[in-house]
Amino acid sequence: MKQAIKILTVLMCCITQQTFAQVAETALVKGGTFVPQYGVSEEKSIRIADFVMDTAPVTHAQYLQFVQEYPQWKKSKVRRLFADGSYLKNWSGDSLPPKELLHAPVTHISWYAAKACCECMGKRLPTTNEWEYAAMASDKKRDARKDSLYNANIMAAYETRQTYLKNTGNGTPNYWGIYDLNELVWEWTSDFNAVMLSGENRDNNDKNLFCGAGSLNATDLMNYTAFLRYAFRNSIKANYNIASLGFRCVK
Amino acid sequence: MKKQIAIIFIFISVGVCIFSCSSNGNHQAESAADISPLPEDTETFRDMSVFHLPAKWQTQEGDHITLSEFKGSVLVTVMIYTACKAACPRLVADMKDIQKKISDDTSIPVKYLLISIDPETDTAERLKEFSIENDMAQSQWIFLRSTEENTREFANVLAVRYAEISPIDFSHSNIISVFDKDGVMQHQMEGLAVNNEETVSVIKRLAGNIN
Repeated sequence: MKQAIKILTVLMCCITQQTFAQVAETALVKGGTFVPQYGVSEEKSIRIADFVMDTAPVTHAQYLQFVQEYPQWKKSKVRRLFADGSYLKNWSGDSLPPKELLHAPVTHISWYAAKACCECMGKRLPTTNEWEYAAMASDKKRDARKDSLYNANIMAAYETRQTYLKNTGNGTPNYWGIYDLNELVWEWTSDFNAVMLSGENRDNNDKNLFCGAGSLNATDLMNYTAFLRYAFRNSIKANYNIASLGFRCVK
Repeated sequence: MKKQIAIIFIFISVGVCIFSCSSNGNHQAESAADISPLPEDTETFRDMSVFHLPAKWQTQEGDHITLSEFKGSVLVTVMIYTACKAACPRLVADMKDIQKKISDDTSIPVKYLLISIDPETDTAERLKEFSIENDMAQSQWIFLRSTEENTREFANVLAVRYAEISPIDFSHSNIISVFDKDGVMQHQMEGLAVNNEETVSVIKRLAGNIN
């Protein structure tokens, strides 16, 4: 009997570790040029180099491992400079993420925490351009932004409530083999603060608040889902911790 | 026999486990070595202090520092880039205007930090030149540059947004921020050539000068 328990424990260990390995999978995104929604003057395309992206957002289980290794990021220890009072709000203790969400994306995470977590794994947060570049792929095309079905699918995902409670990696992977870019949570990018829109888009040219802002207009006004993402990024600050905002890393 | 099979099975399982987790294991070992007592354990800084930022900065004199070295001074900060032709000269003028209204012998020293958002162009030498050109060579003016990442991080603390539009042109928010002697932000002034009366009175209060 004792041995049976032993075997079971060992097996369990392997199972959990392997799920771990599975969710930490990465995929190569081949570089290329594209015109992002915002951030370049006129319709100038920019060059993206090859990068390797996590195929899914970082989960509660993975984040738990991170805070255990780096206790300064535990819920009770984190500096307020780096995360406001909502940090890991749904955890019932320093090592107690919501049990049913172990394989769902970790949220209530600040930009500083997300950045530190990626760095501790030898990775980094994607730039906004990298993220958008990877996310413009459908399951068949590298750039599906003109594809009405692609846009409708993203809209449908955005309209679904509480998608952050779902496990990662259950949908259809995109062209690069990456999951959940639009389906579960918003995601931090390293330079989320790079594009400036004031609260009202009519104020976009307010040169007193932003030097040079006039040259930052949207390139593709039809891409409504991208507009939503840029507007969201523009509305957040680095120490915010939001229930629908997670992250993934790149190399 | 059953026992043996079970033992072999455990052995294999453990083997598989070690194999499948080996990268994890290494990672853990490395990070355990990395964790050294944080500086704030020895010196208690206030929780919101920018002195917690570990980033290294280079001054216009070429010295390498962390922000915590400014502990004990009131800091007035702005993010600029020296090639800027539009707003930055006005931002710099705003800083100089504030500095003029603050006496040089406050009981707590006041330092004026100008942080470059274009560290590639703004080398220490370039910042030094800029400080001389703009009559900001006195010791209370400190120009800083760091890596792009550290700059982005500090911009996030200030809630300053910026983006590179072309290799020589940036778009950025115009915000002057004031920190107390413990590195906690106390005041922000947004916009160009706005009335700086409130900013000046905050600095005076923090610097222990009631004039």
